[in-house]
Amino acid sequence: MAVLLKLSELAVGASATIREFPKTGPAFVRLREMGLLAGTPVTLVRTAPMGDPIEIKLRGYHLTLRKSEAEHVLVESAS
Amino acid sequence: MALPPHISAGPAGGSSRTPVYALVGNPNCGKSTLFNALTGLKQKVGNYPGVTVEKKVGTAYSQHGQPMTVIDLPGAYSLAARSPDEAVTRDVLLGRRSDTAQPDRILCIVDATNLERNLYLVHQILDLGRPVILVVNMMDLAAQAGLSLRLSQLENQLGIPVIPCEAANGRGIIELRLAMSRPDLPLSRHAWAVPAPIAPAIAEIQASLISHDHKGPLIARAEALLLLTDQDSVRVAGSTPLHPRTAEILRTWEKRWNDEGTDWAGSLVNSRYDAIGRLAAEVVLQSGTSGPTTSDKIDAVATHPLWGWLVLGAVMLLLFLSIFTLAEYPMNWIDAHVAALANAVKGAMAPGDLRDLITDGAIAGVGGVIIFLPQILILFFFIGLLESTGYMARAAFIMDRLMSRVGLNGKSFIPLLSSYACAIPGIMATRTIEDSKDRLVTILVAPLMSCSARLPVYLLMIAALVPGDRVPLLTKVGIMLLMYALGTVGAFGFAWLFKRTLLKGAPPLMIMELPPYRLPRLRDVALHMIERAWIFLRRAGTVILGISIVLWFLTAYPKAPADATPAQQLAQSFAGRAGHLLEPAIKPLGFDWQIGIGLITSFAAREVFVSTMGVVFNTESSDKDTTPLRKAMLAARWPDGRMLFTPLTCITLMIFYVFAMQCMSTIAVVKRETNGWKWPIFQTAYMTGTAWILSLVVYQAGRGLGF
Ligand SMILES: Nc1nc2c(ncn2[C@@H]2O[C@H](COP(=O)(O)OP(=O)(O)O)[C@@H](O)[C@H]2O)c(=O)[nH]1
Ligand SMILES: [Mg+2]
Repeated sequence: MAVLLKLSELAVGASATIREFPKTGPAFVRLREMGLLAGTPVTLVRTAPMGDPIEIKLRGYHLTLRKSEAEHVLVESAS
Repeated sequence: MALPPHISAGPAGGSSRTPVYALVGNPNCGKSTLFNALTGLKQKVGNYPGVTVEKKVGTAYSQHGQPMTVIDLPGAYSLAARSPDEAVTRDVLLGRRSDTAQPDRILCIVDATNLERNLYLVHQILDLGRPVILVVNMMDLAAQAGLSLRLSQLENQLGIPVIPCEAANGRGIIELRLAMSRPDLPLSRHAWAVPAPIAPAIAEIQASLISHDHKGPLIARAEALLLLTDQDSVRVAGSTPLHPRTAEILRTWEKRWNDEGTDWAGSLVNSRYDAIGRLAAEVVLQSGTSGPTTSDKIDAVATHPLWGWLVLGAVMLLLFLSIFTLAEYPMNWIDAHVAALANAVKGAMAPGDLRDLITDGAIAGVGGVIIFLPQILILFFFIGLLESTGYMARAAFIMDRLMSRVGLNGKSFIPLLSSYACAIPGIMATRTIEDSKDRLVTILVAPLMSCSARLPVYLLMIAALVPGDRVPLLTKVGIMLLMYALGTVGAFGFAWLFKRTLLKGAPPLMIMELPPYRLPRLRDVALHMIERAWIFLRRAGTVILGISIVLWFLTAYPKAPADATPAQQLAQSFAGRAGHLLEPAIKPLGFDWQIGIGLITSFAAREVFVSTMGVVFNTESSDKDTTPLRKAMLAARWPDGRMLFTPLTCITLMIFYVFAMQCMSTIAVVKRETNGWKWPIFQTAYMTGTAWILSLVVYQAGRGLGF
């Protein structure tokens, strides 16, 4: 079975696939609408100079979100 | 007349009314650039009634010279609105706003380099059952990125006109005009599968929207689909609420799904992206170039843990240097011309009250504000530049962590920073903050950042404070920095307090797109600057003129005997009497009635304090050389013979100016940006209240310590 980790714990430069996601909450509906869905591949591009927020790349564009949200998104590392 | 089901009638059903186009798209996809290209200078900027969302309407012309109205709707990622801006876009498209007619046709603009995410909004819009033209912008950048798009395939699949375009280079505009001029436009024939568990709910809500909310069948279906993803949605003034029956049905379904554990919103978004994914697979042919882009390379430096700060610092330094150096020439020019105009009027008119009203009231008062116009313009220009290059988002990304300490997010950074030069552009730039509470907090604290109008007051006080004719540079800079620090700490402290009490809300999100860096077009940035400045002048102009005249009246009446000096005239005027009236309130701060007059007149703009002191102490002094004024001030005494401007009083007065809301232009702008008098009044009260309390504490403590 593949190991799931939090999006906030992904290493800089690492790629992964989104697996699990909270169903409700304004942040998560919006993240879905921005194309972050179960099965979407993402790359963690960098963290901000002070460690938070993080910048991810998905569907060809760059998106930022805070670690407090990224913690709730589980991903499967593409190793 | 009978039309095939997928062909709509002409834009206005055949009548001669000007067709209305709504322009919609994601933020950063080039919407403003396209709007400018279509309408040129024929634009009108205002607000949607009741909300501070910009309403931009322009006129474009068809190939045959027929006018067409284009409404530039605020940028949105989805019709499930998360900000007042998006709410307005949603409400106009759904016909929920009584102040804006539902558009006849919709121009959807998407970024060719990022088709999938951009198509999400388009997908929602196609459901509305209105004729849509799809503009695929940034074709040049897509080609550079090695993307090749089969747009004819997209056109086939969707059944609507698809027009490739480079708004910034003016390519594709003619083709777009041609499409817009077509008397009839096909409706989309795109079909997608609504997830089965949700379908019955859609049908039921749709039926209720048709019978209770009087919507057409297609738009009712679109709205039903939307309502299910539109949880915790933003409501704004001016939007028609749902019929209670419809709202009831919606709640019943949501409760049922909650109990069953159905992820209804998620599955709707999923099905849309499934449909989009299939479209994109046919349209986007990616060739193998996927190395780091130019943007990636810039960001490796611009958001680097070390270099990122240096770049940010350098950008800010450049901003302030240009404000303080470049602005000086036009400011001197304005100064000279305002004075020349006043002199010309003096020469042309017979002496008398009317002449004084015009020269000393209107011209001097308004002149005192427009002297800041060059600084304001430069700031607007810079903010526009930061926005359209994409650096604004990086600054927000870097600063988010710091701003989150006081409960704000990174987007408040640039507005607050700009306020160090002038709070007006800062406050007007808060429109990029989506959350309305965060926006309000930022507006409320922005004027605490020491703006450039405070500088003359600080400089005068420092001159009076430090013995000798020359103030050592280090002392000057040191005291100045102290005042800036005090204002900054105050601003963040109050932001923290307001976010915890008055404007409590969920911690702001930082879900933000980092758009690729783009070369902005100077013309668009300049247009943006002029538009902002014009809004400021129009909104603040009457207030500034009105208050200037009132203040002049207060200083000019009642009249002293003809041989009185200006100082004597001022002393016995209403303003002078008000100074006396004020004295009991400000005496505990170490201020007498003469300083009181300065506090009253500098309500017009803080730097007026200096010229008022000039009149009060009967000295001729200029901005450049305050030595005579300084000497006169140091000679001033209380009736009991104590010195008036002791070092402690000077410090207290500076602290008062750090916190007090002494700026009518800011008040006028805050009124516009918050849609009413409530918040500017609150802001004036809390700022001036804080100024009074802090000054009291400092003065009394200083006295207690023997200063
Ligand atoms: N290369 C290129 N740049 C564009 C194009 N259209 C717009 N831009 C640039 O993209 C940036 C954002 O455009 P803007 O109209 O402000 O986007 P908006 O947020 O959708 O209003 C600006 O710097 C524009 O000059 C285009 O077709 N090609
Ligand atoms: Mg724009």
